[in-house]
Amino acid sequence: MIENELIIEMYKRMWLIRKFEEKINEYFSRGEIHGTCHLCIGEEATAVGSIFALKKSDYVHGTHRGHGQAIAFGTDVNSMMAEIFGKATGLCKGKGGSMHIADVEKRYLGSNGILGASMPISVGAALALKKKKCEDTVVLCLFGDGSSNQGAFHEAMNLAALWKLPLIFVCVNNLYGMSMSIDRSMSDPDLTKRSLPYGIRSISIDGNDIMGVYETVSEARSYVLGNGPMLIVENTYRHMGHAKMDANRYRTKEEINSWKQKDPIKRAGELLLKISAASEQDLVQYESDAAERIENAVRFALESPVLAIEKIADDVFAGEVVSDA
Amino acid sequence: MRELTYGQAIKEAMTLEMRQDEDVFLMGEDIGVYGGCFGVSLGMLEEFGPERVLETPISELGFVGAGIGSALLKMRPIVEIMFSDFSTVCYDQIVNQAAKIRYMFGGKNSVPIVIRMPDGAGTGAAAQHSQSPEAWYTNVPGLIIIAPSTPYDAKGLLISAIRNDNPVLFFEHKLLYGMKGEVPEEYYTLPIGKADIKREGSDITVATYGRMVHLCLSAAEELLEEGISLEVVDLRTLSPLDKRTIIESVKKTGRLLIVHEAHKTGGFGGEIAATVTESEAFYYLDSPIERCCSMDVPIPCSLELEKNVLPTKERIIASARGLMK
Repeated sequence: MIENELIIEMYKRMWLIRKFEEKINEYFSRGEIHGTCHLCIGEEATAVGSIFALKKSDYVHGTHRGHGQAIAFGTDVNSMMAEIFGKATGLCKGKGGSMHIADVEKRYLGSNGILGASMPISVGAALALKKKKCEDTVVLCLFGDGSSNQGAFHEAMNLAALWKLPLIFVCVNNLYGMSMSIDRSMSDPDLTKRSLPYGIRSISIDGNDIMGVYETVSEARSYVLGNGPMLIVENTYRHMGHAKMDANRYRTKEEINSWKQKDPIKRAGELLLKISAASEQDLVQYESDAAERIENAVRFALESPVLAIEKIADDVFAGEVVSDA
Repeated sequence: MRELTYGQAIKEAMTLEMRQDEDVFLMGEDIGVYGGCFGVSLGMLEEFGPERVLETPISELGFVGAGIGSALLKMRPIVEIMFSDFSTVCYDQIVNQAAKIRYMFGGKNSVPIVIRMPDGAGTGAAAQHSQSPEAWYTNVPGLIIIAPSTPYDAKGLLISAIRNDNPVLFFEHKLLYGMKGEVPEEYYTLPIGKADIKREGSDITVATYGRMVHLCLSAAEELLEEGISLEVVDLRTLSPLDKRTIIESVKKTGRLLIVHEAHKTGGFGGEIAATVTESEAFYYLDSPIERCCSMDVPIPCSLELEKNVLPTKERIIASARGLMK
């Protein structure tokens, strides 16, 4: 049984993600941020439900559409916002930007610009856990439906199963790889079948049901510790286009609107009211608190300096490379 | 002093590191009972067991990625790619992941992985098992690239590579594996990024690395009878390049001959030439710079054809004579 406080926390976190993404979209639309970004509006429950089910000691590798996953993990929104604004106070000093939000020291292995690449890396992280005998620790690797068409997916599945690693593969199935729907990209769009040849158990769930996601990943966490990897397909939808240049020509307004009716935050709010864990007034308050937190983050980012140009070549290598051994 | 082959020296470096550091492990195809395709790790499975001599399926993208993931969690993997030609199937993991992770994540983590790759021709293995691909990687910031020419250098540089916190590509010419040379029994390191003058001379600087060092030394011996004195500079590390040693040598000799087994066009020789022409050594040149490299054709299988594509002692001698005219 999930406690009400936890549901409220997850609800608040989903709003924090939504407000973050809306604000980023606003600045991108005005051309005030350099670069591109992939917004996860509509997919918040997959990030929050999955990552809240983990323990503090666990590792997470995010997707290409990873802002929400980083926020769900607990990454500071000030430094994330500053990163996307390209500032020195950003998580990666402005060198990574939207696609490379990472905090490896804190166990967030980051998002990745190369689709599928995160899966072998997650295998290695889980292998290290096994080698270091971290017995109650897992790796959660999130990736999109599109990435499951990469060879990396299949190689990672095979290695993870062979080595029986504590690894949860979460496929955030938003039905599209950029403009190509899974019906057009997959000979068989049933993603759960893709792990079966490797002897990996799989399950397909409603990715917009925060409780269902949380419970499934909680169970999977226990399962992978003793049995090796598992695949969870979390079915969801991105309300926005793939990136800022996307005019949504490949989807109908009706399709997008039908998914907006299944908005994960709205659904979580209805649940909180139904179980009397919060009042209408509380829900409004949670939303405005999140908006205020994000306003502060934007202020922090705007007021932050850009990295000093003389530091541009720092961080290519660790330590002194040319050494007098 | 005791003599070891180049292959034995590499095995000794790995063995000494694995004895002193539990985080160091070897991963790759057929490295266990088989001893690796070239027998380098023969016997290591017996000493360290299957978890630390971790055999992988034919899955370079998967296991190189896994090596990188384990390095992010502070393991120190040594990954063997059976032939350097196969690094193309995991190019993303080397170029986009290992090389970039530190910089794009703001310098908060490192990727201490060593990727060992047998390279080079001379075995009649044709176009996909004979290449010298080091220059494909020297254009990528974030990678250290080493190509030792002797058993002594191989041991000391490999230990330095394993101790280094950055991704290292370690090119081992497969025709050198059986070559013997003096190697101290004790643990020692050699500096990364430092060239070694293998033979002093006064007329021509020969900048070279890997197996070609020996052809150049042998050419130098022969040319001495004609009164032509070669200074053979073994680069040992291509990235970062020891520019100073090359520049000082050219200032002394006034001539530069570049010898490498990789194809001429786009090969590392162009970079060496540019290093000299961009420096004060340019004003000391008494003749144009000469490159003696493999022809710009895929490596053919037939013995006669293969021989005619690769640089030979005779071609090196002819190039040197040309420079003295």
